[in-house]
Order: sequence, then structure tokens, then C-alpha cells
Amino acid sequence: MTGSIAAIGMGLAAIGAGIGVGAIGGRAMDAIARQPEALGDIRANMILTAALVEGAALIAIIMAFLVK
Amino acid sequence: MKELRSFMRIVLTLFLVVGLQALLVAQDHHTEEHSTTHGTTEADHHGSDHSEDGHHTCHFHADVHPTEYDATGTAYHHISDANVYSIGSFNFPLPCILYTKGHGWDIFSSSKFRFDFFGHGEGRYAYNQYVLDNGAVKRIEDPSFPTGEVALEGFLHKTETIDGEAKEVAYACHEGKHYKLIPQSTADAGLFGGGITTFYDFSLTKNVVSMLLITLLLSWAFFRIAKAYKLRDNMAPKGLQSFIEPIFVFVQDEVAKPFLGPKWEKFLPLLLALFFFILGLNLFGQIPFLGGSNVTGSLAVTAVLALITFVVVTINGNKNYWSHILWMPGVPPIIKILILTPVEILGMFIKPFTLMLRLFANITAGHIVVLSFVGLIFMFGKLGESTSGAITGAVVAVPLTMFILAIELLVAFIQAYVFILLTASYIGAATEEAHH
Repeated sequence: MTGSIAAIGMGLAAIGAGIGVGAIGGRAMDAIARQPEALGDIRANMILTAALVEGAALIAIIMAFLVK
Repeated sequence: MKELRSFMRIVLTLFLVVGLQALLVAQDHHTEEHSTTHGTTEADHHGSDHSEDGHHTCHFHADVHPTEYDATGTAYHHISDANVYSIGSFNFPLPCILYTKGHGWDIFSSSKFRFDFFGHGEGRYAYNQYVLDNGAVKRIEDPSFPTGEVALEGFLHKTETIDGEAKEVAYACHEGKHYKLIPQSTADAGLFGGGITTFYDFSLTKNVVSMLLITLLLSWAFFRIAKAYKLRDNMAPKGLQSFIEPIFVFVQDEVAKPFLGPKWEKFLPLLLALFFFILGLNLFGQIPFLGGSNVTGSLAVTAVLALITFVVVTINGNKNYWSHILWMPGVPPIIKILILTPVEILGMFIKPFTLMLRLFANITAGHIVVLSFVGLIFMFGKLGESTSGAITGAVVAVPLTMFILAIELLVAFIQAYVFILLTASYIGAATEEAHH
């Protein structure tokens, strides 16, 4: 078998970010369903939070590239 | 109904263009194979020594028919910057501005390398010890190599182990001798395989030209719109004006006002400039065959954009911001010294760092996915050996590519939006007045 253990770390980071972004998206949908008039505020905050969660995954992916 | 018909027309045209391009390339490889193997025995034709040929002797990529499609190499070739501008498969020269310590400046057109008009951007000639390998200028380290225009016999790529690390090393061949090639200096301090070498490339590369084009286009558009607002004061917007105005109002009302607080007007021009620059380059990079430049997918560009945000945040940070970073009020001193202050100081740098990576990773990933799907045509078509395979590949790959391109269109807007949203929130946090 060939490959590096960094690739597994990259996959784990993607799983973590996936769970995080999924939770954010799901809750945002709930919130929009409850209060459709707050759509603009919810969407802006949803994207902001998702971007912050994604940041952790991006750092992990770059680390995986660096620590080969 | 009319919209549907015009949409179908666009789809059909795209199908035709991609299909024709694939067939053209397939045909090209096919005839090449016949001409290069002409006169040799049938055993060479598909034998294993052919692939030996392709890997261990000097050759130009265009002259040797590869036996296997190199998906990773092709994808990397197409997302990286180049010293030639390619429209479709046709290459156009760009100016090269190179500096070597001890040799001084060299300014010439990359046509001096005499690369193929229809090809991979490989220079068949060396010029003043510079060569064009895979679209990028490299330098021959050996001082014994003659200056001026020198014909090359080909390039050789090997994987060598240097200090326990496997590295790809390129050689140029001239009169049977192999000359080691060194890439240009990069500012990544060796993190991404680059580092400071003996020469610097200040050329107008593909990415730089695309960036200039977009800057000119945006300046033209915005000067026109600004003039329209003066001329048509208190009238309904018209033409380009009515296209930009909703975006402008969106940035102002949804990003600047909620995140920046009372000082939003001061930072609105920065946010708009960043937004339209990133959006323009994201969209320009997605136009097929027109350079396919990956400007916002290159770390250097996103690093500078993130640096702008970092500088603006640091300069505009008020007393409240610095006190929250260095000496958070209301927290025991021991926790501050051990955990909070180091983490906050790290956070100062991590924020622009993730800004840089987010844009880079999203755009590059999109390009790689598109290239992988297009690569299916060549995989199925066995690089032109089977036309029916290529057609099957095209039938599979074109709808998938169009689907990904549609998503990428969305990503282009979202990433430009996220970039200014985060910039606005960082600036907002730095300029916020104390409220306790």
C-alpha cells in the first residue's frame, strides 16, 4: 500500500468540517422556516459561521500538504 | 420558451466545441504517433520500451506519444501560471522579464523559446541559459552552457531523493548532455516546494495579463457608470448601471452597514474593490479556452489580498481592539498570560491566513474537478487511440463538466461575498467602540 498518513488526516478534517457546516445549514433552514422574514440576517450569519468552520478544515488540509 | 430554446442552443454549441476540440487533439496525437513511429518495427509501437522512452530519455512532450494519460500532471499544468498565453490549444508569446544575480536583467519575448503554436508550451530553444519547460521559464544552472539561442534536444523529468525527500527535478538536454534546471524564486520560504533560487521572474505571465485585463475592464465599466450617475442624476439606472447597482446596494446594505457600524462609509470603497476584483477574476478564470487563467486560485494573489485586509485591520484597530488582544479585561492575569494573549495574537495572523487559503482552495479545487472531468475524454479515448472511446468520454464528461461549471459560477459569487463579509467583520471588530 502506498500513500501518506497525511491524506487520512485530510479526510478526517473534511469529515469534521462537513458535520459542522451541515449542522449550521440545517439549523439555518429551521430558523428560516420559523421566521421567514429574518431570511437576510440568517443567511449572512450562516455563511459567516460556515466560513469560520471551513477555516479549520482548510488549515488541516494545508498542514496535510506540508507534513508529507 | 424562448429562454429554454436559447439555453438549449448554448448547450449544443458547448457540446460541439468541446467535442471538436477533443477530436482535434485526439486526431493530432494519433497522427503524431504514426509519424514518429514511422519506419520502426511494429514491436516498438506498443511495446513496453516505448514507455521507457517516454520516461527516461530526453524528449519534447509533443514528439512522443505517451502510453498513459497523466491526469494529475495535466491538471497541475493547467492550473499553474505560465509564460505563454493559450487560447484553446494555441499558444501566444508573452514578455519575459528575468533577473539573475550576477547576470543582470533579461527582457525578451517568450517567442524566443520557439515553442509550438499548437502544443504544451515547451521551448525548443534555450535563450541566454533560460528555457521554457511546461509553460514556465527555468534557468540552466551550469555556467558552461552557451548563451544566446541554443537548440535543445528535449527535457527530462526525474524524481530524485534530496535530503531524504523525493523531489521532481527537470533537466534540459543539449548535445547529449543533461543540464539541471532550476525554477524561479518563490516567496513561500520552501513551504510549498519553492524557495529562493538564483533567478527571479518578474514577467508578465498568463495570470498577470489576465489580472491587467480584468482591471482595465473594471476601470472602464466603473468610469462609465460613474459618468452615467452624473449625467442621469435622479433618473432610473440604465444599461450597465442597472446591472451594477443592485450588487452595489447589496454590498452596502448587507455587508458594510451591519458589520462595520457607524464608520461603514470609510471602508465601503475597499469592500467594493475587493468584491469586484475577486468576482471578475473568478468569473474570468471559468471561461473555457480563453486562457483558463487561475488567478484567484494562485496563492500569491490571494496572499496579497489577505495582506491588504490584515494591514487595514491592524492600522484601524482602536484601543479597545488592542486591549482585547493583549490584555483581555475581566480575566485573571495567569490565564491571560498563559492562554488568552498567545491565542489572540495567533488569531490576528490566522484570520488573514484562512482568508488567503479559503479563496485559493475553493477556486483551485473547482478548476481541478473540471479538468479531471475533461480528462475522462482522454482516459476513455486512450489518448486518441480509440475515437469511439473519446466520444463516450465526451458524452459522460460534458454534462458533468457543465454541472460543475454551474456550481463554480455560484462559488465564484459566494467566495467573493465571503471574502468581503469576513473582511468587513474583522474591520468591524477592530473599530468597534467599547460597550461595557
